[in-house]
Parts: sequence; structure tokens; C-alpha cells
Amino acid sequence: MLDWSPSIKERFSMPTPILAARDVKKSYGRGQSRFDALKGVSLEIFEGESLAIVGKSGSGKSTLMHLLALLDRPTDGAIELNGSDALLLRGRALNSTRNKTFGFVFQQFFLTGGASVLDNVILPLKISRVRSRERKRRGLAALAELELRDKAGNRASALSGGQKQRAVIARALVNNPRIIFADEPTGNLDSATGAVVEDILFSLNREQGITLIVVTHDEDLAARCDRRIYIRDGLVVETESRAA
Amino acid sequence: MRTIDVISTAIGNSFRSKLRTTLTVIAIFIGAFTLTITNGLGTGINNYITTTVAAIGAQDVLTVTKTQPDQSTGPHKYDPNQMASTSPGRPGQTVEGMTPADISTIAGVAGVVSVQPTLSISPDYVEAGTGTKYSLSASGAVPGLKLQLAAGAQPSATSSAPQIVLPVSYVKALGYSSDRSAIGSTVNIGITDATRAEHTVGATVVGIAETSLGGTGGTSTANEALAQKLYNAQSIGLSSSSKDRYSQASVRFDKSATPAAVTQLKARLATAGYDAKTVADQIGTFKTVIDAIVLVLNSFAVIALLAASFGIVNTLLMSVQERTREIGLMKAMGMGSGRVFGLFSFEAVFIGFLGSAIGAGIAILVGSGISAALASSVFSGLPGLTLIAFSPGSIATIILVVMGIAFLAGTLPAAKAAKQDPIESLRYE
Repeated sequence: MLDWSPSIKERFSMPTPILAARDVKKSYGRGQSRFDALKGVSLEIFEGESLAIVGKSGSGKSTLMHLLALLDRPTDGAIELNGSDALLLRGRALNSTRNKTFGFVFQQFFLTGGASVLDNVILPLKISRVRSRERKRRGLAALAELELRDKAGNRASALSGGQKQRAVIARALVNNPRIIFADEPTGNLDSATGAVVEDILFSLNREQGITLIVVTHDEDLAARCDRRIYIRDGLVVETESRAA
Repeated sequence: MRTIDVISTAIGNSFRSKLRTTLTVIAIFIGAFTLTITNGLGTGINNYITTTVAAIGAQDVLTVTKTQPDQSTGPHKYDPNQMASTSPGRPGQTVEGMTPADISTIAGVAGVVSVQPTLSISPDYVEAGTGTKYSLSASGAVPGLKLQLAAGAQPSATSSAPQIVLPVSYVKALGYSSDRSAIGSTVNIGITDATRAEHTVGATVVGIAETSLGGTGGTSTANEALAQKLYNAQSIGLSSSSKDRYSQASVRFDKSATPAAVTQLKARLATAGYDAKTVADQIGTFKTVIDAIVLVLNSFAVIALLAASFGIVNTLLMSVQERTREIGLMKAMGMGSGRVFGLFSFEAVFIGFLGSAIGAGIAILVGSGISAALASSVFSGLPGLTLIAFSPGSIATIILVVMGIAFLAGTLPAAKAAKQDPIESLRYE
């Protein structure tokens, strides 16, 4: 297959991307009502990078994120995780990979209001069968890192917007992921708190080497990333790297 | 997620919407409460029957009567051997009597250990010393009979001394200070023979019998020696052929006989022209009726539970709806569909457990209270009767059945939750 040669060449010339999309297509529906959300997107993301996927609503940026996060399967094309075909992962192996590799920060916090902040934060650990004592230790450590240690016992609904988003970041961090997906992480916050949350995300990227993939339509947030990919109508229209 | 975490999370989730859970639990509570009470009623009555079986007759005894001609096809031919029945049945019912020839025929049937004609005795009165005479009905002791005694001992089948067991109601009337003080005293029994002449027969009181449902009630029990004496006295003036007429006989068979062997023995007696019934046959009729009534009552309770199970479906569908985001998030974080299913179906099972455990617990309290109150009032004449009794086995069965129903009710919402697409659930446009 002709496709193999560039890939092999890349492997020799540069490090393996932690996550890659190879000519990924995604369409919904059939026949008349068929809608092509992605029309062939290729992209490589390397360990420790921060990348912004920028586009308007309906551009296909969220679809791309879902495919990269292995929440959905492309209609055509391939997704590679650490150089191996991620689409071969199914069922338990897929769940476990998502649980251990990815952390999620959404625009909406998706915190369980009635439960304690700590219980919300340790949810990924609970899912990955970590024992209760260890869960608590790691949960408190993640909260301490985000200066929410004293709120651990509070109900999640009692937190302010900024505190909620910090709790969400603690939840994304608690299982030591290699990649954090942030979908409009500051969309629900005022600019001051938004800036604090951005600072936290980028310092995690810089200091702990966690790969950061931000999906946004906010130019200012995108500008802070190492690299920006602009998506329009299901295609990559422009790629920008920060001048070093 | 570990199973223990699934369970504790499910329990935690069921308390998240307290009002909704409480209402569902109440619906299940009503069903489980009713089921426990109706079951307890069956258990109580059947227990009582079982414990009083021995008072009606021994386990290794068949009551044998001559097979009766079919009475449903119009009048049948006159038979000089016809006599009044002493077995339970319609008043005035007659049976064809058995003669000594019948007794020896029965004794010859394979499997019969011994046969004893039941003597039909009708004494007039009983008196202690020269006190007031009280009318008396008595029957001969069936071999192996176990009376429920308030005091004293069972009548002896082997003793040649005449012995009698009196019902507890005769104790005070005959002038004894207590059940115990009556034991060992002598009473005189009056009996009229065929020529209207009166005779008295002396007998020793060996026991005082409790009143019971299946047992002797107001009837005294005479041992073989006394029954024979009374029968002889009552038969003076009868020709020997009319004297030797028995309405029924007791047949003993091997104690270790299997049910199949007993059935074969009954079949052999039937071919010889005799109807034979064990005590179990007679008790079985009682139990069948009670079981049927309990079954009907139980089915009402089960209908209530079915209605409650739709409450569970409803409650859980609502919480699946409410927790769409949370389910989506958990699935995005790598929680398997099976675990999501487990989370919701266990919540259903837990709601079922709460309702049934509380229902059964309160039913036990209420049922015990009611039967204690009834035992000291309405049923005071039937000592040993606990109207509503509870066996741990049936309580456990009820709780498990309700949890099973709850699980089935939970499968629909749980499957709905398990099928959820994380992307759809997390969309926020």
C-alpha cells in the first residue's frame, strides 16, 4: 500500500506521535439526509504539545475531538494512539485505555451536585477499580494541587463557577492521564476566572508534560497553544505554529 | 468499577431522590406486607394441623370401611347390615357394617400387621363418686393415638384395667380441684343396653385431654379394655350377629412402609372391597383447602407487587433521565455498559429489598400481635393455635422473590442507561 511509505519514513525521521488522525472522515445519516461532518482530516499530535482545534460551531471540531478521544469511530480513515491502530480497541480494552490515557474538561462541569467534591474527583479512579483508601489519597492530592483541599467535603453544588472548573480539572488529572481534552474549558466562566483556569491548564502542560488538546472558538485561548488547527466545513483550512 | 463500588454507589443513588424512593418503597412495602401476612396465615394453620395430626390417629394406621355402593344413581337395595356411620360425614349417613368375617378377610390381606374393629360405644353419663351425673360421649382409642394432654398419660392399649381420658371441661364439673388431682381417681360410667336396662362401669382417669381442632373436643377416650366392657354392656340383649357389627376398623401396617407401599396396600384392600384412608389422607383434605385459600390471598398480594414493580420502572426511568449527563460522563471515562446496567439494576434490587424487608418486618410484628391477641380471646378454646406464624424460610423467600421482581422491573431502565451514547449524553447545544 502506498500509504505506508510516508508513515514509515516519518517513524524514522521523528518521534511517534502520541495521537494521530489519518485522513479521517465522519458522516451521519444516509442518502438524502447524509451529512459529512469531517471530509478527510489528517493530524499528528506529539507528547507534551498543546494544540488548539479552532472552528465555529458546526465546523466539525467537536466531532474531531470525539474521534481523537476514542468516544466515536470514524466512517473512514484511521486513528493511531502511540503509533498503533486505536480502532482495533474494543469493549473493555477501549474503556480501560480511555480511562487511563485521557482526562476530560468540558464547558459544562458535569459535576454531581449532591455528592461531595472529593467523590466527584475520584470518579475516574472508582471506574478503574482503584481501592477506596488509595482513591481518597490520590483525590485529596489532586484537590491540593488545585488549591481545593479544604473544599473536599463540601457538596459540589456549593462551589463557585471557577472552583467547579478547578474541581473538574482535578478530576481530569486524578488518574495521571497523558492527554487532557478541554472542550471550551472557559466558555462558562467570566474572563478573570477563565484566565485562572487557562493558567492552570497550561502550567500542567508545561510542568507535567501532559499533552493538552483544546477545542475552542476563542482566539485568545487558542493563541496560547503551541499549535492551532483551523477547521471549517469538515476540513483543516490552516495550521499555525507559534513562532518559537 | 469494583462490584462493591457498584453496590455502594447504587445504594447512594437510591437515596439521592428521597421522596421518590420512599414512595416506591411504600408501594412495595404494601405488597410484601400482604404477602407475608397471608403466607403466615397458611403457615400458622398448617402448623397447627400438623401438630394435631397425632390426636386424630397414628401414622401407621389405616381407617378401613366397606366400600359403599354408589348412592348417586338412585335408591339402592336394602341391606340388613346397614348401620349408622361413626366416621365424619353427613348426619344420618349409614354405612354397610363389617362382620367378623370381614375382619378376618382384612387380616389376611398382605401388608396388614393387625386389624382391630372400632367399637361404637354410646355411654349415657359419667359421675365421680356420688356427685352430679354429666352426659358423656366416648370413643375407643385408635391404636397409636396421641392425644394432646393437659395432664396424665395416654390410655394404655395393653392394660386390662379400664382407663379413660376425660376432656379438660369435665374436671371442674366432676368436682376435682385441678387437672392433676383428677388423675388416678375412679369414675362411674352409665350405659343403657338393648333392653333399656342401665349398667355402670368403673374406670380410672389416666389423663386429661386438651381441647383441639382435630382432636376429641368434648369426647372422652376409652382404652381398649374399657371400650370392650362398655360395648359388652351396651350389647346385652342383642343377638350375636347384630352385636358383631362394626362401622369401621383400624388396620396397622409396617411403620417403615414407603408411601408407594401404602398406596399398594390401599389398592389391595380396595380389590378386597374395602375403602382405606390414612391419617395423612384425612388431613390432606384440610391442608388442600387451606393451601387453596392461601394461594388466592397470595395472588392478591402478588398483584399488588406487580403494580409496585411498575412504580420501580417509573422511578428508575426518571432517574436515568435525570442522570443522562452523569451516565455519559462515566461512559466517556471508561465505564463499561455492563457496569452501568449493574448500577441501575442493583438500585432497583435495593429498592425492592428495602420495601420487602420493611414490609416483612412490620408484618411479623403486626401478625404476631394479632395472633397473640386472638389466641387469648377468640381462639382461647384452641390452645397451641398460632393463627399467623412465620417461618424464616418463607420470609427469606418472600424477600428474595420481591428482589427478583424488582430486578426484572429494573432491567428496562438499566438497559436504557447502558445503551446511552456518551457523545449524545454530553451534547450541550
